[in-house]
Amino acid sequence: MKIRAQVGMVLNLDKCIGCHTCSITCKNVWTSREGMEYAWFNNVETKPGIGYPKEWENQDKWKGGWVRKANGKIQPKIGGKFRVLANIFANPDLPEIDDYYEPFDFDYQHLHTAKESEHQPTARPRSVLSGKRMEKIEWGPNWEEILGTEFAKRSKDKNFENVQKEIYGQYENTFMMYLPRLCEHCLNPTCVASCPSGAIYKREEDGIVLIDQEKCRGWRMCISGCPYKKIYYNWKTGKSEKCIFCYPRIEAGMPTVCSETCVGRIRYLGVLLYDADRIAEVASTKSETDLYEKQLEIFLDPFDPEVIKQAKKDGIADSVLKAAQESPVYKMAVDWKLALPLHPEYRTLPMVWYVPSLSPIQSAAEAGHIGTVGKSGVIPDVESLRIPVKYLANMLTAGDEKPVILALKRLLAMRAYKRSQQVEGVEDLEVLEDVSLTKKQVEEMYRYLAIANYEDRYVIPTGHRELNIPEAYEERNGCGFSFGNGCSSGSNDVNMFGAKKITKRDIIKTVQIWEND
Amino acid sequence: MSNLNTLLFGIYPYIAFAICVVGCWIRFDREPYTWKAHSSQALRNKGKSFRIASNLFHVGVIFILLGHFVGLLTPEVIYHHFISTANKQLLAMVSGGFFGILCLIGLLMLLHRRLTDDRVRANSSKSDIFILVLLLVQLILGLMTIVVSTHHMDGSVMVQLANWAQSIVLFQGFEAAAYIANVHIIYKLHVFVGMTMILVFPFTRLVHIISAPVWYLGRRYQVVRQR
Repeated sequence: MKIRAQVGMVLNLDKCIGCHTCSITCKNVWTSREGMEYAWFNNVETKPGIGYPKEWENQDKWKGGWVRKANGKIQPKIGGKFRVLANIFANPDLPEIDDYYEPFDFDYQHLHTAKESEHQPTARPRSVLSGKRMEKIEWGPNWEEILGTEFAKRSKDKNFENVQKEIYGQYENTFMMYLPRLCEHCLNPTCVASCPSGAIYKREEDGIVLIDQEKCRGWRMCISGCPYKKIYYNWKTGKSEKCIFCYPRIEAGMPTVCSETCVGRIRYLGVLLYDADRIAEVASTKSETDLYEKQLEIFLDPFDPEVIKQAKKDGIADSVLKAAQESPVYKMAVDWKLALPLHPEYRTLPMVWYVPSLSPIQSAAEAGHIGTVGKSGVIPDVESLRIPVKYLANMLTAGDEKPVILALKRLLAMRAYKRSQQVEGVEDLEVLEDVSLTKKQVEEMYRYLAIANYEDRYVIPTGHRELNIPEAYEERNGCGFSFGNGCSSGSNDVNMFGAKKITKRDIIKTVQIWEND
Repeated sequence: MSNLNTLLFGIYPYIAFAICVVGCWIRFDREPYTWKAHSSQALRNKGKSFRIASNLFHVGVIFILLGHFVGLLTPEVIYHHFISTANKQLLAMVSGGFFGILCLIGLLMLLHRRLTDDRVRANSSKSDIFILVLLLVQLILGLMTIVVSTHHMDGSVMVQLANWAQSIVLFQGFEAAAYIANVHIIYKLHVFVGMTMILVFPFTRLVHIISAPVWYLGRRYQVVRQR
């Protein structure tokens, strides 16, 4: 047993209101640069839909993730090492930027400088890639927002597999949900495995997957390797970039920007202890539907004295152990089994998990047309939800409906129990027994899911980076976070090695002209 | 023997190599963020033309490069165990011609794409276009040497060129310049442009050649860094 710690994330989809605050704050902090404007480390998709980039879940098309070979070993779906190198001159599985969308800006300056004319001046779109006029914008970062585009297009969504999807195209039967997505910081990442330069790595102390910008040579295999399509090619620098899980904040014990700014309080961050020796075995599990259960096995009980002993031996700090014991992620994923992994069938062992969303048809329940849960008689039962369980299962458990049903039933039972308690003053223990939850568990669930206090949502041990600096004096006058060249980026516009300035836009100038100047 | 000949073929190679080595060193150490292949495939990938062009070009150029190394630097006493001088020239002409044509097709397609595709053009630096044109000039010169070589199939000129290369490697610049003094102007141009490519190497995207990720074959899939 080799114990490592990871800061994992849970997103409670049931509370996501699709406001995109997470995406915007993330972009403002990390990707508001030329070359990365099309890249969203965090984005929120409306499901059902083909998503961003187009059809990212269709691995027949993009070849992301791992495949299990006949001999029981796994290899990246883009191919073994020889095939990866053979494709290095032209990657056959690479999405084009149009598969995300062609980034654009508007000629705002024209509104200031237009001469007097018969019609009002307009700010027309312009491609950020070429600087040329775009006559028509045909796809954007969130084109399918709230079921935009036709059902025929959206229904290409891979999660519709084995679902009679035609009826969900009808207005009366339609359903939707939001899916905020970011890098999964997997235990068995395919991006790392497919990087020819070995530039991508997982950090031992907190599991964050990062790209060494000085080692990346831009062979762009990671983009194909990642089944979540969460690695982006910076077309200006020629290097790949990805979500960094806001590691400078995590190290300081602060939540990621997307979590911190979440309006709906849907995000949770906490430590999980896992057995690193079992990663290969678990990722190679024969049946895809067993992968979820198998991944649960890899997580270790932070209260088990044996685990604590071994963790200390493996160099895990006491503060991390304590955080693991109070981890909201452990509670939701392992203890209550409410949170489920996104597409475990990719065999990457993802570490950003999701609580499936309920979709009650409240008016029908109150009118008595559909079944209800518990004594309160107001909460619709799991059979009468709007979103097909199979659809959620295809997304979260490789098609196995049982774990999804259990999670949904527990969410409903909690509501029924609390409603009886608060409104009718009755303690409805029966409804808890049906889903094998204790009173203590359900009260805690209520605290974490409904109240969702800041200090319950984010339990992050500080990284103790000071311990890695032998001599603090030498760190004085350091340049902090820079664009990968250490402090040598220079102040001169001429670069002998032909690199463009990252901090300056070259294609579309953003100089403002003011009338009074 | 003229002084210009000595300067271009006896001294210039060392200037070029020195700038290449020191330039690469400085770039790798001081500007690692600029060390990359800088592919534009993600910007424009429609259809199959990029895949065909890039593969043709790279396969061709790799063979040609390796061919030059082996062909120029293998001493006569060694290759005479396998092949005669005349046959070696024939082999070089045929294989070099074949891969040269592959490379030329790919290179022309890539150059066309770089100059005419608005996205790729907007994101090309001057050095990106310069090095493609320089490669094209060098490739055409190289293919022209094949035509010139048909006039002397005995391999004598090839031996002179190999002697030049081997003398350069052995730091005998003046001897090297003497070997090459009387060959056809096309060969001399080809050698000069070749040396110039070595000179500009560290200032262009060509540096990605040094980082050819062959180590990937030997490493484990997962990489975990301790702090």
